[in-house]
Amino acid sequence: MGIQSDTPRLLTDKDFASDQDVRWCPGCGDYAILKAVQRTLPQIGATPDTTVFVSGIGCSSRFPYYMATYGFHTIHGRAPAVATGLKITNPDLDVWVVTGDGDGLSIGGNHMLHALRRNIDLNILLFNNEIYGLTKGQYSPTSPCGTRSPSSPGGSVDAPLMPCVFALGAGARFVARGGDTLLKQLPEVLKRAHAHKGASFVEILQNCVIYNPGAFDAVTDKKTAPDSVLFVEHGKPMLFGRDGRKGLVRSPDGFGLAVATVGENGVTEADVLVHDETNRLLGMALAALRPPLFPMVMGVIHCAPGDSFETACRAPEVPAGGDAAADIMALLHAGDTWTVP
Amino acid sequence: MTAPTPPVTAPAPAAVQALAGRRAAAGRVSLTPEVDFVRIRFAGDSGDGIQLTGTRMAASSAQFGNDFATFPDYPAEIRAPVGTTYGVSAYSINIGQTEILTAGDSPDVLVALNPAALKVNLADVRDGGLVVVDEGTFTDRDLKKAGYDGNPLEDGSLGRHRVLRLDISALTLAAVKDFGLGQKDGLRCKNMWTLGLVLWMFGRGTEAVEAWLGRKFKDTVRDSNLAALKAGHAYGETMELSGDVRRFDIPAAQVAPGTYRTVTGAETLSWGLWAGARLAGLPLFLGSYPITPASSMLHTLARMKDRGVTTFQAEDEIAAICAAIGASYGGALGVTTSSGPGVALKTEAIGLAIATELPLVIVDVQRGGPSTGLPTKTEQADLLQAVYGRNGDAQIPVIAAATPGDCFHCAIEAVRLAIRHMTPVMLLSDGYIANAAEPWRLPAMESLTPFPTTFRTEPQGFHPFLRDADTLARPWVKPGTPGLAHRIGGIEKDYDSGNISYSPANHQRMTDARMGKLTAIARDLAPLTVDQGERSGEVAVVGWGSTYGAIRVAVGRARAAGKAVSHIHLRHLWPLPPDLGDLLAGFRHVVVPELNTGQLATLLRSELLRDVRSHTKVQGQPFKVAEIAAVLASLTE
Repeated sequence: MGIQSDTPRLLTDKDFASDQDVRWCPGCGDYAILKAVQRTLPQIGATPDTTVFVSGIGCSSRFPYYMATYGFHTIHGRAPAVATGLKITNPDLDVWVVTGDGDGLSIGGNHMLHALRRNIDLNILLFNNEIYGLTKGQYSPTSPCGTRSPSSPGGSVDAPLMPCVFALGAGARFVARGGDTLLKQLPEVLKRAHAHKGASFVEILQNCVIYNPGAFDAVTDKKTAPDSVLFVEHGKPMLFGRDGRKGLVRSPDGFGLAVATVGENGVTEADVLVHDETNRLLGMALAALRPPLFPMVMGVIHCAPGDSFETACRAPEVPAGGDAAADIMALLHAGDTWTVP
Repeated sequence: MTAPTPPVTAPAPAAVQALAGRRAAAGRVSLTPEVDFVRIRFAGDSGDGIQLTGTRMAASSAQFGNDFATFPDYPAEIRAPVGTTYGVSAYSINIGQTEILTAGDSPDVLVALNPAALKVNLADVRDGGLVVVDEGTFTDRDLKKAGYDGNPLEDGSLGRHRVLRLDISALTLAAVKDFGLGQKDGLRCKNMWTLGLVLWMFGRGTEAVEAWLGRKFKDTVRDSNLAALKAGHAYGETMELSGDVRRFDIPAAQVAPGTYRTVTGAETLSWGLWAGARLAGLPLFLGSYPITPASSMLHTLARMKDRGVTTFQAEDEIAAICAAIGASYGGALGVTTSSGPGVALKTEAIGLAIATELPLVIVDVQRGGPSTGLPTKTEQADLLQAVYGRNGDAQIPVIAAATPGDCFHCAIEAVRLAIRHMTPVMLLSDGYIANAAEPWRLPAMESLTPFPTTFRTEPQGFHPFLRDADTLARPWVKPGTPGLAHRIGGIEKDYDSGNISYSPANHQRMTDARMGKLTAIARDLAPLTVDQGERSGEVAVVGWGSTYGAIRVAVGRARAAGKAVSHIHLRHLWPLPPDLGDLLAGFRHVVVPELNTGQLATLLRSELLRDVRSHTKVQGQPFKVAEIAAVLASLTE
């Protein structure tokens, strides 16, 4: 059960943990994400009673059962739609959607698209492990081409989708990327997502230790990460690499991005592009980058707030305690009526 | 699957609105065409404004004090190729001084604005009926498009009818020539010219239509239509001596005192949902996706935002119901409206609402199926989908509306049941009553009894799935309520705590509890009444939904002829009323007319172990009275 929301003491991660045993596989990246969320919520002033986690189906979607908040484990792919109805009905709630690459981008791709373009105030966490875990290891819409799985024994033949590119294409006004083991970075991304009024889309790279282990090693391995990850920050030059001298510059044809090393081939720090999270086109370019040719961009890729949907959609509240029968009669009599004596 | 068979105990708290006797003219059987009633059908191209002509004729009859029923019948295509038979749009209206419950089997008057309209509708016109044609459209080209080899106006094929040949096209163009309209725009006033003529035939003035045109249009559009309307009326006046046309004199019906308005089922159902929510003290949330013939409800409710109605046009049918479930979870009354194909898509989500035990109303405005089927034509073929169409043991109450007016009361009943038992409820309407218009006597304010909703706020002793012993409803908690945070979901859950549970005994107990809600609902139903006739006799006609009017008229006529026939109408289709079996035991024959291949008949046979005579039709059209009368005649000879 939850706690009283007027409790004066400061809440901790324990106040957000339910009494249910967590049933993910040992070593699953979901544990780290759960912990990061439970730690972050008290820091942003959330309370269990005013927070709701809505999920679909899949490993990630068991998330609400482990939170001591309100929670709704819905059906496959439909969490954004359920959350939309909830948020319109009660805009004061903090509504989080937890989904995965199969749930949110395959069976539920349509709802994700429309939740994002409507810009309804939901915090959407998409755990991307590039595989179907709960159904035992089939390739997912984010699996790289050639993924061998029970349903693609000869290697998958469909081109994968890039979640953040999809989100930006749908018109999302907040798009960020985090990783399950990036314990310092992920909470900061979650805080920004929560602070953004409107749909916030966070792709969290998550390791499935059973069916797709090591999918993101290049990004999470301490040895390789410095050269394959670019943490972006608004207004800061986009530098990365072991010594911080690699940077994103305009490609020679002027229409794309390239990696250059400061001090080589006449490249100076002034040539390195500065991150502008309000620039949608830049965001789309950054979201599409992947190792090995480019770094994986982590952090807030795009943030450009706009009007959020629920306020515009929602009907004004009817004052409580009015005379319902009289209101109904007023409606029925408003129009062309005639009376027979 | 076994239906709940509860003991019959206390009568229902539900307000039972008698269907019959809604007007004092009820009970008097309409017998003589052109004396007691006149059936008129307007038919033309789908761009001819036929539906508008029909609805104005209905409004005019309402104001005059006639009883009436209408049947709009139009193609799925918005503007099918001009002049073709599949582009024909029609509007039938039956105007009477007695109780009128159907649009009538055979028109007494057919107004055909082109050859295709004549071709499609002529077979229905009664022998000796009047056929008014726009002969200006009977050109070789249009005759060919309609599939005529010769000209039916010339070759004697209209010999069994009186024919009034008018060049309505030319007369209309002459009437509007001063407005500088081109031929195409000028001809768009043809429907008003025709309406003017028909109003004259019924001895009506044009004032009401003039006022309406003045409200709806302005400038040249208004003025040219007014001119055409008046010209058509004046033409009737000056033509009177020709003797080809007799005027109809249908006096006002003797109706019960009260305030009336003309309504369609789409309007009353929408208002009923809102009224139910208001009586429950809840905001109404509609999640919907456009689909024929249910979209008119989305349109009606979208205009009610200032009355607290939130409408959400979702990206698809699934999102529409899921958003409604999210709204119910948040403490609003979630509703979704659709037609058969859309309800099929919602199926999994209905199961979620059953499993999480949230109130929800699903409206299915039925149309011809399967698949896309006949989008604009009526059918009753979703009954078994409503009752059985889900995975798992997932039953929900099913209610069906009989008439446009009944839609209002059925919607309130659906809302009441959904909240009282924390369950989704399926409310069936169909394309016929959704679009048909009838005069509706507004309910008395005293009949609107609030049923306020109680939300759980007390943390002490709270268990999310601990249920009311009587209704089996679990507590409804708004997220945001201090101290009551809990998790729900589609996975089987523990009987009390709602935590995930795969325990064998628990699943049995939860399944029993969910099915037990239907038992509780059946127990509360009011004892069945017989709509017409005695509680035993030769033949019982059991009907549901929009076939009510045709059955009522057919049974009325059989009774007037001295036959021991009774009419039983079912509003609650699932669970079936527990006293139905005993009632039917008093009849030698049970006839079940339906616009499907026998779905209620199947339910009755399996639930009551009683054989019934299924009488069915699936032609996208309502029953004709004569079709039901023929069955009754064969059983009572």
